[in-house]
Amino acid sequence: MIPAKFDYVAPTSVEDALAALSQHGDDAKIIAGGQSLLPVLRMRLNAPEMVIDLGRIESLHGVRDDGDSIVIGAMTTHHEVRDSDLVRQHALLLSKAAAEVADPQIRHRGTFGGALAHADPAGDLGAPALALGAEFVIAGSGGTRTVAGDDFFVDLFETAVGEDEILTEIRVPKHTGWGAHYEKFVRVAHQWPIVAVGAAVRAEGGTIAEARIALTNMGSTPLRARGVEEALAGVPATEDGVAAAAARAAEGTNPPSDLNGDADYRRHLAGVLTRRAVLEAAGA
Amino acid sequence: MTATQDAPSVEIGQSRRRKEDQRLITGRTRWTDNLNLPGMLHLAMVRSPFAHATITSIDTSAAKEAPNVVAVLTGADFGDEMGVCINAWPISPDQKAPGHPPMPSDRVTFAGEIVAVVVARSAAEARDAAELVDVEYDDLPAALDLKEAAEDKVLAHPELGTNKSALWVFDSAEAGTGGNVEEAIAQAREDGIVIEREYRQQRLIPAFMEPRSVVVDPTGEQLTMWSATQIPHILRFALAATTGVPESKIRVIAPDVGGGFGGKLQTTPEEWIVWAVARRLAKPMKYTETRSESLLSAHHGRDQWQRLTLAATKDGTVTGLKVDLLADLGAYVSLVGGGVPVLGAFMFNAIYKIPAYHWQVQTVLTNKTWTDAYRGAGRPEATYAIERLMDELAAEVGVDPLEIREKNWITHEEFPFTTVAGLTYDSGNYEAATARAKELFGYDALRAEQAERRARGDKVQLGLGVSTFTEMCGLAPSRVLGSLDYGAGGWEAASVRMTPLGKVEVITGASAHGQGHETAFSQIVADRLGVPFEDVEVLHGDTQVAPRGLDTYGSRSLVVGGEALVRAADKVVEKARPLAAHLLEASVDDLEFAGGRFTVKGTDQGVGIGELATATFTGHNYPEDMELGLDADATFDPVNFNYPHGTHLCAMEVDTETGAVKMRSYVCCDDIGNIINPLIVEGQVHGGLVQGIAQALWEEAVYDESGTLVSGSFVDYLLPTAADTISFQVDHTVTPATSNTLGTKGVGEAGTIASTPAVINAIVDALRPMGVDDITMPATPERVWRAINDSKGGGDAPTEQAAMPHFENEGGAQ
Repeated sequence: MIPAKFDYVAPTSVEDALAALSQHGDDAKIIAGGQSLLPVLRMRLNAPEMVIDLGRIESLHGVRDDGDSIVIGAMTTHHEVRDSDLVRQHALLLSKAAAEVADPQIRHRGTFGGALAHADPAGDLGAPALALGAEFVIAGSGGTRTVAGDDFFVDLFETAVGEDEILTEIRVPKHTGWGAHYEKFVRVAHQWPIVAVGAAVRAEGGTIAEARIALTNMGSTPLRARGVEEALAGVPATEDGVAAAAARAAEGTNPPSDLNGDADYRRHLAGVLTRRAVLEAAGA
Repeated sequence: MTATQDAPSVEIGQSRRRKEDQRLITGRTRWTDNLNLPGMLHLAMVRSPFAHATITSIDTSAAKEAPNVVAVLTGADFGDEMGVCINAWPISPDQKAPGHPPMPSDRVTFAGEIVAVVVARSAAEARDAAELVDVEYDDLPAALDLKEAAEDKVLAHPELGTNKSALWVFDSAEAGTGGNVEEAIAQAREDGIVIEREYRQQRLIPAFMEPRSVVVDPTGEQLTMWSATQIPHILRFALAATTGVPESKIRVIAPDVGGGFGGKLQTTPEEWIVWAVARRLAKPMKYTETRSESLLSAHHGRDQWQRLTLAATKDGTVTGLKVDLLADLGAYVSLVGGGVPVLGAFMFNAIYKIPAYHWQVQTVLTNKTWTDAYRGAGRPEATYAIERLMDELAAEVGVDPLEIREKNWITHEEFPFTTVAGLTYDSGNYEAATARAKELFGYDALRAEQAERRARGDKVQLGLGVSTFTEMCGLAPSRVLGSLDYGAGGWEAASVRMTPLGKVEVITGASAHGQGHETAFSQIVADRLGVPFEDVEVLHGDTQVAPRGLDTYGSRSLVVGGEALVRAADKVVEKARPLAAHLLEASVDDLEFAGGRFTVKGTDQGVGIGELATATFTGHNYPEDMELGLDADATFDPVNFNYPHGTHLCAMEVDTETGAVKMRSYVCCDDIGNIINPLIVEGQVHGGLVQGIAQALWEEAVYDESGTLVSGSFVDYLLPTAADTISFQVDHTVTPATSNTLGTKGVGEAGTIASTPAVINAIVDALRPMGVDDITMPATPERVWRAINDSKGGGDAPTEQAAMPHFENEGGAQ
């Protein structure tokens, strides 16, 4: 398929990218890895006049240690996130979720920041980022601002990133030593999750001391399952211990109904998958 | 008897790597879309978003003004000149079929139908301009649901007065091939077992790898069409028959074609439009569809409701089978359309001795994409129904599913066997294939594990599924096709040409689109003529090179086309014999032919077939009464169908908490007679299995209540990849077919036909203790979960008619 005609720039700095964005306004679209934007263009669901490619901005690539947090550049690919020692050590859940994104080709092109800014509620990275309390650094003409996860995801395909802003990096508080698991439920391997659950667990001698749980595709944004988190604190990391807490996973969710399942089926799945994710994360 | 019959096989039976693969895999070859002709223009189609609507106006002015647009044309610009899309198989004399204009001017009858075509200097400009064509529609009520459409509540084509196109009936009592099924059912109601079920064959999309593409060059004396088609010969026939251009002025070329699965067994509106536009503008034209267009408007497959009644005695001996089908044609009766379910009419009785049989299909028009052949075409539907029913009967009797089959199947001593549907199966050995499959599968150990998991109340249950299939392939005896009112024959043609330097050109009318004909046919000819494999070149797919043929579908290429090839090669040997005798100064009776050489018995004198080819080129020395040349043609019209069979065993694990199913193991032992190339066979079986498994688990074309195809991309139409499948265990028993010289049986569709019921039987088997006796296909986790949890069982909730919105227009930044 052939997209409609568009102009293209590939700035080498965030400043230049912001300048291009402000110059073209609504007519511009930012491209990161292009794994969501290109299908949209090729199916002619959108026809921006200008595409601004962030791929040549070196500062947006890579993962670095920043004291209490690790910082992931928006243009770091899923494959790089998965393979990063820093991520494995301090934010294992992100590594595990990145390994589950689509297929190998997409993981080598698609980017962490691009996927989060696209904000597909079925995307694999929003819930894990939310669970780990990630903060989102957004650059605009007036400088940068940092937004917490709860404020970043606004609605279906909508984030706190403004029309004239760019998501530059994601700061993830270190969860060193936490166990993690991303339980993804699909019919075929390359599919978006029907439901998925990200769980990070700090276990102390067979008991769950703390847990961070978030859900994918259970509403118009990734959702933190705070009720489950509270209920898990102090319970033994056993099937019975976790089951009652996990049963609360669907509280406050508003999942979609589509070809892959009705909302009530997704609510049921959320409970089962949460139990499994927590037990796996706790090493039980 | 032929000269080479006793020669040892050098090539046949070898797992030769396919000689065509390097160019096919690297793409360094001629696909239709790779063609670029001088001055060629590009087309883009404007398609209806409505399932049923009157076209009130088409404003092409803005599109005509767009950069490098040469023309924008609608149906009104052409009229009858464009010809029509044909139905070659009217299954009843009173079949109701709407006219099928390639580009209607007044009314559209499915979402995706073409209403205008843009011609521009590049494909991108054509597509840009297509968005500027302004079409006004008046929405009409659409006939969408198959069962409702059969009640004529809303008419797909109001001018026909009904949606019911044709009723086709076979009754064994009337045909004299068996008893009266109503009596058998009545008797079983009294003192036996009656199994009554309704099964759904969901709508599927063939989803070949290469989208359809067509190029037409009107330059010069002949019109040439290149098309990514399975059927260049039938295409040429249909173009001539409907557009008034003599066949002698038409050359059709199917260059390398990237898959078809029946989906390119069609004469399409797109081909007719490109043809008409190229003639009108006198320029070469190209049109290549997008994947979205392919899913939307290339023909779909299956789509039946099956009402089934099986009668049996208390001990499980089947006494009768009644089959009542509704088949969805979509908006038009396509090339073979209504005939596809009829291909199943002779196969619901399968491998079993069923004394009484009644079969009927009502074909129904709806406002959805037209349906036609899809891998297996009629036979997967039949196999699914009977193999599901046999499992239900086994459960009712309380015996193992293999035991109930053994009780009813035709034993190997009984071949040839004439069935209740009137076919004569030439050969088979169901006992042997089943025994081998059981052994490979570890059947008894898996049954023990199943019992153990049940006893333990494991959340993951194990189920074993059986499918003992047969099918009729090798389409087809021409006289039989004639008796069924099919518009063509089922013969195949081949030629063998000896080049002056002793190489061999083989011409086949079976037009390959990925099957491996070039390799397998080279192996056959290499053995037959005793020449090196590398010296054989197989040519096909061009009506100027291979003028006679009926193309590739229905697992026919080897068993029909291969037999034509054998006969042509044997004629070459016989033509060469007198020349060899002449050159060797010997009597023809003293010659032996082996390993590519004629030798004089008892001497070391001999001459090779290549040398004889050179001798006919020079013509310096040959017998007085010989016509120079060794080349030979042959046509083979089979006298019977071809009946591969096999036993497929599938183990599925079912997660009862989520409804997710996972394949644990899959074993098949197919009997496809003698095997030419085991590697190609294994590829065919693997691909076929995955395609059948995909019907059981993943694929479904879903429309919403306004007639929009919801599963319109691969996001929602779930094709499996290698990541979703397991390693299959494939083995064979060999019972040669008696209907062709090589003893071969077709294999192209076997895996697809057999595997679907094996998978569903396994899932149902896992859940039967929970009261589940059916799962509607595809067996989504949600359906399985609902079957477990819903006291009604069945898991037959309709698929929710919405797609995941991953590619919304308002997608976020980055």
